[in-house]
Amino acid sequence: MSSTDIKQEPDAPSEFSARVATWWAIFKINFNEKLVYRGDFMLGTLMRFLPIVTQIFLWHAIFSAIQADAGDTSDDAQIVGYTYNNIVAYYLLSTVTRAFSSMPGLASGIAMQIRDGEIKKYLIQPLDLISFFFLNRVAHKLTYYIVAAVPFIFVFWLCRNYLPGWPEPQILGLYFISLIMSFLIGFFLEATIGMVGFWFLEVRSLLFVYMLFTFFLSGHMFPLDMLPAPLDSIVRFLPLAYLAYFPSAVFLGKITGWELAVGLIVQFAWLLFFIMTARLAFRYGVKRYSGYGG
Amino acid sequence: MNDRPAYFSVAYIFIRNSLIRDLSFRSNFWIECVASMSWVLMNLGFYLLIFSFTDSIGDGTGWGKYEFFVFLSTALFINSLVQTFFMPNIQEFSELIRTGRLDFALVKPIDTQFLISFQKVNWPSMSNFFFGIALLIFSLFQLTQREPTPVVISFWAVIAYPIFILCGVGILYSLMIALAATSIWLGRNQSLYDFWFYITSFSRYPMEIYNGSMLGETLQLIFTFAIPILVVINVPARIMAQPLGIDSASNRWLTIFAVVATVFSLLASRWVFKKSLLSYRSASS
Repeated sequence: MSSTDIKQEPDAPSEFSARVATWWAIFKINFNEKLVYRGDFMLGTLMRFLPIVTQIFLWHAIFSAIQADAGDTSDDAQIVGYTYNNIVAYYLLSTVTRAFSSMPGLASGIAMQIRDGEIKKYLIQPLDLISFFFLNRVAHKLTYYIVAAVPFIFVFWLCRNYLPGWPEPQILGLYFISLIMSFLIGFFLEATIGMVGFWFLEVRSLLFVYMLFTFFLSGHMFPLDMLPAPLDSIVRFLPLAYLAYFPSAVFLGKITGWELAVGLIVQFAWLLFFIMTARLAFRYGVKRYSGYGG
Repeated sequence: MNDRPAYFSVAYIFIRNSLIRDLSFRSNFWIECVASMSWVLMNLGFYLLIFSFTDSIGDGTGWGKYEFFVFLSTALFINSLVQTFFMPNIQEFSELIRTGRLDFALVKPIDTQFLISFQKVNWPSMSNFFFGIALLIFSLFQLTQREPTPVVISFWAVIAYPIFILCGVGILYSLMIALAATSIWLGRNQSLYDFWFYITSFSRYPMEIYNGSMLGETLQLIFTFAIPILVVINVPARIMAQPLGIDSASNRWLTIFAVVATVFSLLASRWVFKKSLLSYRSASS
């Protein structure tokens, strides 16, 4: 940006193009940064599929035991409406969803920058911190998908027999909407946790609790319908359920009609809620902040 | 004067210092204990959920609820030992390489692998070990009531069980140090922990779940003979739980193989470690 830009009255179009230029710069920096450690990055992407393989085998063993017990030779043994194929499809889909909603290093990164004073670098710059982190994360995710698309497609192709086929276009549309919202919820939720660092300095234990609950209550480990009676309906309304379970269940056609509409509204409400908490935490956090470190 | 460094007293000092350090931040110590226990409790909840839908993992394998809980407590013993003694050190090792601080370890008059493997002990991880003991006792008690063939805990099982747990720890340690040594070549290895988590996830369930399909049998072979992580938990767990569906001859061979695999893994990882140090170029000034 040249110095004339600064003197200029901020009229709408040029301000917008300046913003786009900033976004683009942030994206490029991130993209190149990712590619510095290519080997590490690709290895990490491939590894992501390994745990599903074990889960699939585990469920295969479980279903084979259920079928043998029932003296059943057909393939339609079910657990709360999920056949074996459904479970495999569910795991694949929930891994996709988690690829959208998980934010590795976001909260701990923010907290660390607060603690060692690095965050003041952003505070004196004419940019909004949350937007900056957000763009960074979008760039990070885009880079991730560009590299990860190949293994993702490969795994889905391998498992094509387990998949139920594409849902109807409107369901698919809603699936993508909820997938994007799960990315946004993941971002603002973790950003909020990171900003708690303004008060606590160290958020590692808080983050651990968050991870613990996410792992089990997001539906990453099992479809949440499997939980016993009163628990399942409670857990399905928690924000965590929207980080893995909800979009995947929508794709599989396990959630339809009114339930789907209500689910999307609840998801949107959680999104608004976490945008607000992140904003508030930032606003009040900065007031408390004193820049330690050199 | 004896030129050989006194490994035992150095190890003792490491262990002592770590305990002093952990206990200087006492509330943090307890929080970490509770945190790792709650992780285990959540997992236990997941398995209870599974056993509410089925009687056993895999048809005819004999891994029923309490047999599997013995398996689970074996996994807890091995993982807590690895996490207490090796995990923090080996994560640190990757950092040492990246920042060039490995220089300080290299110039010390003691074996480098010893130094970087034992420096820190993360005591809070041991809480899972105690949880494992409780779970093991409870499940074994249930199994001694098993119909029609109750488990009999023989003298040899009591001796062999801890030995094979240590074998398992040895194999996991070897895998870990070999993986960490690769960061000398890769430059950075942030995925190290992820990779570790994913690879060991194959050892988390009884190996019978891989029976009966091409892919499964292939995986079983790879993770038994190439990277022997399937024997890590399975061998000691079988000794204690004695699941009914397992052929005793193949079981005996697997047990013998576990010993061979441990020795081989330790030697191989030592070789990889030494080899990788030759490629180390200090990163700092």
